[in-house]
Amino acid sequence: MNRMKKGLSNASASVLAILAGLLAGFVILLISNPANAFQGLVTILKGGWNNGMKGMGQVLYFATPIIMTGLSVGFAFKTGMFNIGAAGQLMIGGFVSVYVGMTWTFLPGHLHWIVALLMGMLAGMVWGMIVGLFKALLNVNEVITSIMLNYVGMYLVNFSIKNSHLYDPLKNQTADVAASAIIPKGGLDELFYVTKGRLKDASSVNAGIFIAIGFAILIYIILTRTTFGYELKACGLNRHASRYAGISEKRAIISAMAIAGGLAGVAGALMYLAPSRGMHIHVEEVLAAQGFNGIAVALLGLSNPIGIIFTGLFVAHITEGGRHLQSLKYMKEIIEVIIGMIIYFSAFSLLVRDFLAGRARRRADSARDASAPIPEEAKE
Amino acid sequence: MDIIYFIVQQMMFFSIPLLIVALGGMFSERSGVVNIALEGIMVAGAFFSIYFINQVQDRMSGQGLLLLAIAIAAVSGLLFSFLHAYAAITLKSDQTISGTALNMIAPAAAIYLARTTLPNGVQQIQFINTFRIEKVPVLGDIPVLGPLLFQNSYITTYLGLLILAVSAFVLYKTRFGLRLRACGEHPQAADSVGINVYKMRYAGVLISGALAGLGGLVYVIPTSTNFNATVSGYGFLALAVLIFGQWKPLRIFIAAFFFGLMKTIASSYSGIPFLQDLGIPSDIYKMIPFIATMVVLAFTSRRSQAPKASGVPYDKGAR
Repeated sequence: MNRMKKGLSNASASVLAILAGLLAGFVILLISNPANAFQGLVTILKGGWNNGMKGMGQVLYFATPIIMTGLSVGFAFKTGMFNIGAAGQLMIGGFVSVYVGMTWTFLPGHLHWIVALLMGMLAGMVWGMIVGLFKALLNVNEVITSIMLNYVGMYLVNFSIKNSHLYDPLKNQTADVAASAIIPKGGLDELFYVTKGRLKDASSVNAGIFIAIGFAILIYIILTRTTFGYELKACGLNRHASRYAGISEKRAIISAMAIAGGLAGVAGALMYLAPSRGMHIHVEEVLAAQGFNGIAVALLGLSNPIGIIFTGLFVAHITEGGRHLQSLKYMKEIIEVIIGMIIYFSAFSLLVRDFLAGRARRRADSARDASAPIPEEAKE
Repeated sequence: MDIIYFIVQQMMFFSIPLLIVALGGMFSERSGVVNIALEGIMVAGAFFSIYFINQVQDRMSGQGLLLLAIAIAAVSGLLFSFLHAYAAITLKSDQTISGTALNMIAPAAAIYLARTTLPNGVQQIQFINTFRIEKVPVLGDIPVLGPLLFQNSYITTYLGLLILAVSAFVLYKTRFGLRLRACGEHPQAADSVGINVYKMRYAGVLISGALAGLGGLVYVIPTSTNFNATVSGYGFLALAVLIFGQWKPLRIFIAAFFFGLMKTIASSYSGIPFLQDLGIPSDIYKMIPFIATMVVLAFTSRRSQAPKASGVPYDKGAR
């Protein structure tokens, strides 16, 4: 009960930030083109709905990787570390799963994509674990190693693709994975489509969204219901106290970064184990944006795995809305500005919430002092 | 010998922006505020100054224009960093959160503004590079040193070295520097002797904003002819240089030039016959700066000398 209450009050802080961010976005729309501003705001809020059920499917599709990177960043936050390296872990994980998806065709059909996904996760874990090892054993700040490994990962993946049979030089990207390695649709394409004449135009959404939600629940259970998760959180809150309590800080750091890396690796796998119309790894010198959007998703979700599901969906929703702004003569980049504003305001809204909670508590205290001489609840 | 001159000249283009931005980060962190927003502030500084160059370059050119752009870059960086300072210091919010927010806002806003205001709705802002100095008079003719430092250079190179000298002096030899460092190490103690911690931290963040904004311009000018709303992660690299440099001006200088040298080898190895002959693919070369930094850090980070109170909001009420 108490946990739920706290969760709700945290959610209200995020909602407050979202409203403030949207208001700021509306002001920008007003300044750049007053005539369409209201219509523009409606378009942003409608998000995927601008394109009916197909659009909503696309929201789920684009939410999948950012929920995973959000979990990755959020999990590291809970352990007191800043994983700015989700982009690199995602690339490495994505590459390995594409490699397995194209070459390990000896696997039985229904197992192939699962193995490819797991290998992607494993690769992400290794990439994340390097950060943990550097921090735990050599005292190297995790932010710096993550940043370095982002670039190393990007160049390594580019190099590996260009020098292997995975490369499709015409499109400058990876070739298609085997049909058995594509993540199944899970019946979602039957739900999320629009009809064009007599044809069904289905969304790209697949079972990946279920996998992402499953991981979120798993991480929630690890953090709240297991000794391991408790130890990790304890290290995040106060590493000196937890060392005093007999928790191995080094082990916590290494395993937390490995898990964070694994989650980002799954994000890559879910992105690139896609049919030929879906996402492929482009050979370009740009870090995966999903890695950095994960930071936004985690911050907005206050690192709570369940919250991250919702914030991931929200970010994907308004991003999808942004695609439809072009017809109103607005640039879609306004969405990123709005998300940035929301995150900026979320830093304040926690404060506002604490302030209100503190005032309410003081008022309750003084009321109690006045009426009842013996306080019944001295718990909190 | 020509190859060495070439390497050093190239190295300046990579090292100087890193040096300037990392020194900026140093002021912020030594005052006790982690500034992860360096990347975003660089973008903001580069955007406004290059936008300015783009608008007036029909009427102006050369060093005068560059100096004006430098001022605009620094001022816009300073103003943008105010957002971070306000959230981190006055509102005591999580410094990672507001930093990340600024990093998101800057490039998106730069593209939005460029596409909304420039003709044809393009996001790249073009500029004509009239700023390169072929040879500095007199100094450029000195043997060895002339070609190394005073030929094919930019005024920003000397500005960067000047900023290094001034930063080291300010940090270690002035009352302001001592107070700034005190606020980053033990703000309660600083407060108890009458130093206004909030003011000092504002100063630290705003200086870092001005330097990061300037660094954004310094990065773009020699390496490109347009600004495409990105500084290619240089803000994050500067953060790495700052940590690598152990929050100390001279070590930051060494770290920035080490990284710059590695980056030069990675980007212009094809112009260096010895490296060209090795036949190593370009992607491997491009990894070198990052791997080399990690290796060096692995050996040097056992005793980290981060400012003790860096990242912790100062609350006057908490003792």
